[in-house]
Amino acid sequence: MSAILQLQNVVKQYDNYRAVDNLSFEIPEASVFGFLGPNGAGKTSTIRIITTITKADGGKILFNNQPLSPTHVSEIGYMPEERGLYKSMKVGETVLYLAQLKGMKKSAAKAELDLWLKKFDIASWYDKPIEELSKGMQQKVQFISTVLHRPKLLILDEPFSGLDPINAVLIQDEITEMHKNGTTIVFSTHRMEQVELICEHIVLINKGKNMLNGEVKAIKEQFKKNIYKIDWAGERFSIEEDAPFIIADNPNAANFNPAQSLFIQLKPNNSPQIVLRYLLNKNVNIVGFNEILPTFSEIFIQTVENKPI
Amino acid sequence: MDKIWLIIKREYWTRVRKKSFLLATILAPLGFALLMGVSLWLSTQGAEEKTVAVLDETDLLQTRQGRALKDSPYLKFKLVNSSLETAKKGLDSLKAVGLLHIVAQDTSQLRNLRVDYYSDSELGLISLEFIKNSLSEHVKNIKVKKAGLNETILASFETSVEVSSKTILKPAKDDNSTGSMRIYVATALGAIMMFLIYIVVFIYGNMVMRSVMEEKTNRIVEVIISSVKPFYLMLGKIVGVGAVGITQFLIWAITVPLLYMGIIFVFAPRLSELANQQAATAGDVNINKINAIMAELGSFNYGSIVIFFLLFFIMGYVLYASLFAAVGSAMSDDWGEGQSLTLIVAVPVILGFYIGTAAIQNPNGNLAFFASMFPLFSPIVMPARIVFEPAWWEIALSLLLLLANSVFFVWLSGRIYRVGILLYGKKIGFWEFTKFMFRKE
Repeated sequence: MSAILQLQNVVKQYDNYRAVDNLSFEIPEASVFGFLGPNGAGKTSTIRIITTITKADGGKILFNNQPLSPTHVSEIGYMPEERGLYKSMKVGETVLYLAQLKGMKKSAAKAELDLWLKKFDIASWYDKPIEELSKGMQQKVQFISTVLHRPKLLILDEPFSGLDPINAVLIQDEITEMHKNGTTIVFSTHRMEQVELICEHIVLINKGKNMLNGEVKAIKEQFKKNIYKIDWAGERFSIEEDAPFIIADNPNAANFNPAQSLFIQLKPNNSPQIVLRYLLNKNVNIVGFNEILPTFSEIFIQTVENKPI
Repeated sequence: MDKIWLIIKREYWTRVRKKSFLLATILAPLGFALLMGVSLWLSTQGAEEKTVAVLDETDLLQTRQGRALKDSPYLKFKLVNSSLETAKKGLDSLKAVGLLHIVAQDTSQLRNLRVDYYSDSELGLISLEFIKNSLSEHVKNIKVKKAGLNETILASFETSVEVSSKTILKPAKDDNSTGSMRIYVATALGAIMMFLIYIVVFIYGNMVMRSVMEEKTNRIVEVIISSVKPFYLMLGKIVGVGAVGITQFLIWAITVPLLYMGIIFVFAPRLSELANQQAATAGDVNINKINAIMAELGSFNYGSIVIFFLLFFIMGYVLYASLFAAVGSAMSDDWGEGQSLTLIVAVPVILGFYIGTAAIQNPNGNLAFFASMFPLFSPIVMPARIVFEPAWWEIALSLLLLLANSVFFVWLSGRIYRVGILLYGKKIGFWEFTKFMFRKE
């Protein structure tokens, strides 16, 4: 898969601190990409460089294998986390204004806008002043204005914050639809459960550096600790010293009945098969045997704080 | 370039169609017209013919003392001969608005004349003055006669002084003299232009600042500057808001004179009557003054005044608006927080205004000269001097310095602006503000 965006050793230096420190990663084309990191990690600085709001002090950025330049702006859509529109402007003219700034022709933007308003069933909003819309309604308008020019790269900073569940689903469906049509989508977010659900690739940065980068599945695999959950029926059983596993801490103790399930971690050079054989030899009535992969929250915390899971 | 145009258009249209703009643009001339109309109407109202009954208990108005009280076309005196009570009751039959009662008193050594005025309606100020003057004049005449003085000799004691100021250095234009009237008129004209620029800088500069702050607090600025360079956004804003100001002025420049002429036309008959009345009573002084002012007003070279005014006006606005934009970009979301930064702009504007007020009284002095060269003050001070026709090289130098500085300040403000608009949640002090200009992109 080719990369739509490549960052190579990008540096952004402010007066007394380095916001982006030799950052390199790639965003594969047509992927859903998670851009993760704690507050102050340099996410906003990086996004501002990608959206050509600021310039990097060092390194290279390639958009579709060409050095990033302001002409690429028409192919990028960016929705900042903190959102707002001109209060005294009307919905239609706001969206058309922003689209024209992106380089769209007014007539083309108008046609596209009509489609979106119809799709969201809000055609009657066209002449409504923004200040008369609720916050959720404004976010819909903002989303439309972000995607109206059909960007190849869509950068969404916490897109679901402040949205009610109905609107969140609506926007998510649209994002999925765009992804299907080949748009590359970058999520900048703190909400790790979303990352697991939506993203195919991620980069995790901290203090301006790339801490973790790759495919979500591979990263989970990489961080797995050979922990399994065993569910059984019937009586308790004892575990001897020579068992091929040790009892692991239950990461989600509250969710399970401790008498009927158990978290174990394999000893080195053992496999699930050996564990199963050991348990079967003890006549344990096994009803479930699952590998427990780390959640992204755990991976996030471990990577950022450098703590074991 | 198309993008700047888009920004200018948006800044312009969203303001021009606002109700507050329409109201201000329409109401201001209407308010002016109303004010003028009402004051004219009131002044002509006082001109209705009134009769005042006079009851004299002294010997002042007796025919042997000479002429009776002089009437004006609008105020007639009617002598009555009865007791005070009957005179009061008889006002209606005389169609008199009031009764002037000259109380019995010793008139041989008169220093203060005691007079009562009885009426159901208040006497207008003009009428009151007229009665006082008539009586005083009358008593004076009696005294003059008693003393055996000649009235014409007495009148020859009065001297009116007219100062003509003449320039020494400047070659004669036509008559080599500037009447004192010309100085008054020029001072007034200069003060008006200075005040206009001062007001415009504040009102429209503030508009630019608010607009910058709105975009910053909205965070929409991030979306916009991902498509347009911050400098162009700032420039578009300054031009757009400036165009709003020019629109408003053009509308005023057309409607105000039209309304003025309309009102004058409506009141013209009454006014000429009034003028005649004044001529008949108080002499020709006021009419002469008005005519002199009109003549002086007509004698200025308006072509060059308007052109220079516009040049200083535009450059001064651009210079200060860019500073306002820089300050707005550094303000935090909370209005109160960055307020001290507005001093950066407010201090030179207000200082310029004060220097201008001083300079206008001595338009060719050192203060006036240097203030009109210093680019932060020149857009306010120089227009005030222009009516006094300073040397051409002074205007040229002032314009050149201002132009260079406007460009410089736009550039400088652009550097501050592009950093400021992206900084959030931090109070920015003056020192940090100035450091922004040295940040790289």
